[in-house]
Amino acid sequence: MSITRAEVLKIADLAKLHFKEDELDAFLTHFQHILEYVEQLKEVNVDDVPPTSHVSLTADFEKHIFREDEVGSSLPVDASLTNAPDPGSGHFRVPKVL
Amino acid sequence: MNLMDAHQIKNAVNSGKITAREVAETALRRIEAVDGKLSAFLSRDRERVLTRAEEIDRTIREHALPLAGVPVAVKDNICTLDLRTTCGSKMLENYTSPYNATVVDRLEHAGALVIGKTNCDEFAMGSSTENSAFGPTRNPYALERVSGGSSGGSAVAVAAEMAPLALGSETGGSVRQPASFCSVVGLKPTYGRISRYGLVAFASSLDCIAPVANNPKDIALLLSQIAGRDAHDSTSAPVAVPDYLAEMNKPVRGMRLGIPKEFFGEGLDPEVRSIIETGIRNAASLGCELMDVSLPHTQYAIADYYIIAPAEASSNLARYDGVRYGFRAQSPADLQDMYKRTRSEGFGPEVKRRIMVGTYALSSGYYEAYYGRAMRVRTLIKRDYDQAFERVDALLSPVSPTPAFKIGEKVSDPLSMYLSDIYTVTANLAGIPAMSVPCGFTGEGLPVGLQILANQFEEGTLLRLADAYMAAFPVSKPPLKI
Repeated sequence: MSITRAEVLKIADLAKLHFKEDELDAFLTHFQHILEYVEQLKEVNVDDVPPTSHVSLTADFEKHIFREDEVGSSLPVDASLTNAPDPGSGHFRVPKVL
Repeated sequence: MNLMDAHQIKNAVNSGKITAREVAETALRRIEAVDGKLSAFLSRDRERVLTRAEEIDRTIREHALPLAGVPVAVKDNICTLDLRTTCGSKMLENYTSPYNATVVDRLEHAGALVIGKTNCDEFAMGSSTENSAFGPTRNPYALERVSGGSSGGSAVAVAAEMAPLALGSETGGSVRQPASFCSVVGLKPTYGRISRYGLVAFASSLDCIAPVANNPKDIALLLSQIAGRDAHDSTSAPVAVPDYLAEMNKPVRGMRLGIPKEFFGEGLDPEVRSIIETGIRNAASLGCELMDVSLPHTQYAIADYYIIAPAEASSNLARYDGVRYGFRAQSPADLQDMYKRTRSEGFGPEVKRRIMVGTYALSSGYYEAYYGRAMRVRTLIKRDYDQAFERVDALLSPVSPTPAFKIGEKVSDPLSMYLSDIYTVTANLAGIPAMSVPCGFTGEGLPVGLQILANQFEEGTLLRLADAYMAAFPVSKPPLKI
């Protein structure tokens, strides 16, 4: 399975990343090597095998964990804004969208 | 007072033989003396640590504390109110969390001293700390070699006697491999054993917080304080926390130890093999029975891991967009330009590579072929372990196919770096606990760790075997190169 330059650019766009022309060739090679390596998963017969997402949710507590819907504490607005690159008064400022 | 043994320190502080302030000063002096050569720490705050130590000294006049005055080094992807949490990334270079991780709250409640934040590969993605935006952490046994990673700073903090305990994190071996490279003890717990609230997310179905120490008793002491259900982390397991120190007093005689043949194949360095084989014979001589076992899907583990982890990372790292926290690119033309330039300038090459692979694996038309399939293969890897643990109590294997490699040796070939995780990733995929314990040194003086794996929530079994093994076969360490 090989990946084209155009596909890489499309994935980069989806991932909101940008690569300079001179980075792209090395990147394409590494990406290609990784994809060739993971191809081997296709050899495995996974018919009737369910996927595992929460790996230790087994026998003892194979169910969703619920809690009462009670109002708890949350982070104050001021604390939420302390790390913002461009905080407004009670909001995050970003470049004009419209 | 040395900084090797947490039990010794907390006993001395609780009994008034030494103050927490004196312990803190010793640790800070040690860090100032040796860390210039090692770069294990990214940040620390001398005044804050001393103030905190004085608070502990006041509290213990009222009552003893389980970790009284014990310095703990914390990996820089675990949130702390008092120190920056950079994740080894330019993206979070100036980020200070507005809350403490649950583990940090629990440590402080137990009287521990968070002595500083430790270096790691960017967002914990790597096996050497070379992916840190702030430079690599060096191996104290060979300064031109890597510390291992991603929790290299945490392993070196303990190995170089800057702190008796450290917290790292594990997604694919990030504590066991540096523990092996630096001759310390590292435990990757069962998935869900320790709350991850405040651990910066990398791959959510795999991530664990993982302790480092010089001996299994100290790991047990630390684990007892931080394990257990947390309402802030819905993936934390509602499973009772046993008394790990009591578990360790049970005998190891009669334990059945499995040797997985797939962990001794091609690519295993002959000297590492010979050290591990001696370790296995030694373990058997404790009265344990050795059995050959097979984990047939091990060969697919790296491919499986390098789909699952990047896929989840690509989703988790979408939050770094320059809006709410972290780095933002200068003078963006518009919102899209801000997102793209922020992420392209803020992330390093390995993080970008994994976001790209993950985005590809999750993209329309490929989801089932990559991520869906990988999660099914993961089930098969888990079943291999389920079957093995029907016959044996624990498994023994190498941690890493080689000892610590040279800084720069693998950076230009990401796949070769990935392959070095072959013996560690399966425990993360199967969610089982596993440890690295010091097993020996190569002729060149490089540490080699023995891996012990057990079934889910069997940390007590691991610690018991590790403790008996280390007590019977202590490794004599060459002097540190610092």
